[in-house]
Amino acid sequence: MNATQILFWFLSGLTLFSAIMVVISKNPVHSVLWLIVTFFAISGHYILLNAQFIGIVNLIVYAGAIMVLFLFVIMLMNLNAHSEPQKHKWLKLAGILAGGCLMLVLVAALKTADQNKMIAQTQEGNIGLIENLGKALFTEYVVPFEISSVLFLSAMVGAVVIGKKGD
Amino acid sequence: MKIEYYLYLAIALFCIGVVGVLTRRNAIIIFMCIELMLNAANLLLVALSKMYHAAGVAQNPMAGIDGQLFVFFIMVVAAAEVSVGLAIIVMLYRNTHSVDINFLNRLKH
Repeated sequence: MNATQILFWFLSGLTLFSAIMVVISKNPVHSVLWLIVTFFAISGHYILLNAQFIGIVNLIVYAGAIMVLFLFVIMLMNLNAHSEPQKHKWLKLAGILAGGCLMLVLVAALKTADQNKMIAQTQEGNIGLIENLGKALFTEYVVPFEISSVLFLSAMVGAVVIGKKGD
Repeated sequence: MKIEYYLYLAIALFCIGVVGVLTRRNAIIIFMCIELMLNAANLLLVALSKMYHAAGVAQNPMAGIDGQLFVFFIMVVAAAEVSVGLAIIVMLYRNTHSVDINFLNRLKH
């Protein structure tokens, strides 16, 4: 087992553990903090795959901006573990069963795929570098890029309109 | 690494998100579980882009770059979605003084 494999298994374990902790934490603030750990672990996966641009953007956008927004909203509402409404335990059991069945079906469907033995390049290949991604983004994908800026503008206006007090 | 492992990791992450959406009643936690599912898709897209890069680099030196650009666009859409979604949750809290999604069944009246 070489260093890449050790890092892969460590990051995978960390990702799954912190994802489970997001779901089972009683306190919403703890959930947000565990979600930040999950995003850091996923960024580690990206950097392991030599997708450096995506790794850093994931850190800045998700762990930096989106999670701070979540944290602000939770602190604004003064939620805590005592006021948390709970589902009935049979409904919870049904939810876990449904998720487990989905996982079973997906794994069973993809277990025999032809591509399964192919290798995902780690630590080499230069498509994840900012130079190549930038070239592709501003030549081939320039129209979706501009459209996404319009989407951002409309989302910003929408958030302000919805969040405005009174009407 | 074999693509298999990334596949199973992404499936497990996605299903944890699904279980979270189905078992919690706090709207913010449900929203975070949706983010978890989006990230599972992103992780799989990056892994598959590196897989196709390894397979097709001889014909095209930029093979597989589309996958990583899609991840970039998914992040853009996720950021827009979070800003609007959190605004809706804040409005829900202002009207009902709770973030329990069961209160949302009042929308039918």
